[in-house]
Amino acid sequence: MNPFTIHRGRVAPLDRLNVDTDQIIPKQFLKRIEKTGFGQYVFYDWRFGADGKKNSDFVLHDPRYDGASILVAGKNFGCGSSREHAVWALADYGFRAAISSSFADIFANNSTKNGFLTVRLTEDEVANLMRRAHDIDNYSLTIDLEQCEVRDDQGFKAIFPIDDFVRHCLLNGLDDIGLTLQHEAEIAAYEYAHPPKALRTA
Amino acid sequence: MSAKRTLFDKIWDAHLVAQPAGRSPILYIDLHLVHEVTSPQAFDGLRAAGRKVRQPSRTVATVDHNVPTEPRGTPITDLIAARQISALQANCKEFGIHLFDMDSPDQGIVHVIGPELGFTQPGMTIVCGDSHTSTHGAFGALAFGIGTSEVEHVLATQCLAQQKPKSMKINVHGSLGDGVTAKDLALGIIGQIGTDGATGHVIEYAGPAVHGLSMEGRMTLCNMSIEAGARAGMVAPDETTIAYVKGRRFAPRGAEWEKAINNWRNLPTDAEAEFDKVIEIDAAQLCPFVTWGTNPGMVAPVTGRVPEISSMTDADRRAAELALQYMALEPGRRIEDIKIDRVFIGSCTNSRIEDLRAAAKVAKGHHVSSKVRAMVVPGSQTVKRAAEQEGLHRVFQDAGFEWRESGCSMCLGMNPDILQPGERCASTSNRNFEGRQGRGGRTHLVSPMMAAAAAIAGHFTDIRNWKFQ
Repeated sequence: MNPFTIHRGRVAPLDRLNVDTDQIIPKQFLKRIEKTGFGQYVFYDWRFGADGKKNSDFVLHDPRYDGASILVAGKNFGCGSSREHAVWALADYGFRAAISSSFADIFANNSTKNGFLTVRLTEDEVANLMRRAHDIDNYSLTIDLEQCEVRDDQGFKAIFPIDDFVRHCLLNGLDDIGLTLQHEAEIAAYEYAHPPKALRTA
Repeated sequence: MSAKRTLFDKIWDAHLVAQPAGRSPILYIDLHLVHEVTSPQAFDGLRAAGRKVRQPSRTVATVDHNVPTEPRGTPITDLIAARQISALQANCKEFGIHLFDMDSPDQGIVHVIGPELGFTQPGMTIVCGDSHTSTHGAFGALAFGIGTSEVEHVLATQCLAQQKPKSMKINVHGSLGDGVTAKDLALGIIGQIGTDGATGHVIEYAGPAVHGLSMEGRMTLCNMSIEAGARAGMVAPDETTIAYVKGRRFAPRGAEWEKAINNWRNLPTDAEAEFDKVIEIDAAQLCPFVTWGTNPGMVAPVTGRVPEISSMTDADRRAAELALQYMALEPGRRIEDIKIDRVFIGSCTNSRIEDLRAAAKVAKGHHVSSKVRAMVVPGSQTVKRAAEQEGLHRVFQDAGFEWRESGCSMCLGMNPDILQPGERCASTSNRNFEGRQGRGGRTHLVSPMMAAAAAIAGHFTDIRNWKFQ
């Protein structure tokens, strides 16, 4: 996993509540058996018309947000389906982080496994960033995971909460399967005490 | 331990393998359910790291999301879907996992076959790369959806590193009225607390209205927990639970059964155990619900109207405007005046035998509106056989419903069962998100009885006034 330490990038505002993972990556693209190549399909039904033509009204097609790597969105971002393809698609498109006042649990978990940062700020702070990204050309933010801080160079500064262990894994790009396997002795002891009786007949 | 504990606490504590300082606790997983869509990259990860599946005997696989519901044996025309199915077949073979394949008499939606084969049992930790894994909480198990990285983690270690979620109790007083089902209870709760009302929490559903539900009803209720944002939903095991599990193929037997039920009877939440949050619901206030928008929290009573948006907060109003635009509806429209083009009875929410019985009872002696195409997709081959033994398929077919093979089908439209742009559907599934059932399709979530009645009437209609024949 790529470590996440400090990132500075352009901000795109997605001013919608409850953006579900069906919107982030529609189902017709879930049949791929690879982890790569999903970026071209991110927000597909919003980015493209039924005829396949670009929807120029959609925020990611506004030239002002070309190359954006930070997405600011309304509350409950990533709700719905557990599909990790949503994170793969956002990351493959070039996003390193999303900022919202809340994220769905499974989406947030999936993000941490892919070096993609979910930054939780207050609703007021998110609304403020949404305005700035909308009003200020080439609006960029710095997300500093060392300091747990989001800042711009125009006076915005906010601290975000994050679980210490998740932060540690992100900062160091750690593979948590490897970390769990450090507990082989405890897992084996648990299994010795709890043999899989119920499924044995399989 | 003397402290008063919840059902959730008891299962959590019993599965803690290690609590390393400064790290997330490591939780043992009793049962891992696998399907074709969220697993191929996880198996690739195992291969790349030279890892094995730690406990093939605790891992069960089936194909459900992609499978066509045409008669079995019809070739899969979607080559990418076929490739995903064959990838699961090859992975199960390579890693020694039992697969209930396309041609298995036990194939079905993963959240239908787990319980019906007796894999799902009280007190277990259960995960699957699917958000509706919360379904299995109906048995008093801790069951939750995970992403593909965590699927790989469980395959490799049979454990997950997890922070403990908070607890929430939803206490449902009284009893549900005639025509008001577990689906309406779920929609009523989500309508009240919102699609993020339970984020970060494990819900325990309690109270007489919940324990009065059958196991099928409890599964419907727990299934929809994720639509309120919950990590999991659960119902404490009781005699209804034990009677359901008894005698199922993979359930414990003999002395092991006796031991198991003794353990299960100790699982319910201790009196005076505390929850982080408690919500009280009066079942008598509930009615048949219909969603009007693009998330499951946008619900209205069938006798009501699409809500006025002028009184909403700015953010909610904007969301409602976008939803109504997508749904081609306007505030104030009577729900019963909304005409439909399609009906889907199925999904891991409402495709079990009891759901089909309820829908068939409504359909009996009637005929689907000439303007409507209606499909019934049983949750599993076992459900399909049971329904056919009871003659339900004849009732549906005589009424003009299509009777199809088992799978996830039009709940998420990964197979050929999809809505066409602009089509409006009464669906017993769980998500009315934009495009969920097909690009441009408009989904209204309802109970199986309400869906069957809508198919016949051609529009939504209050099941409480239905003329049963």
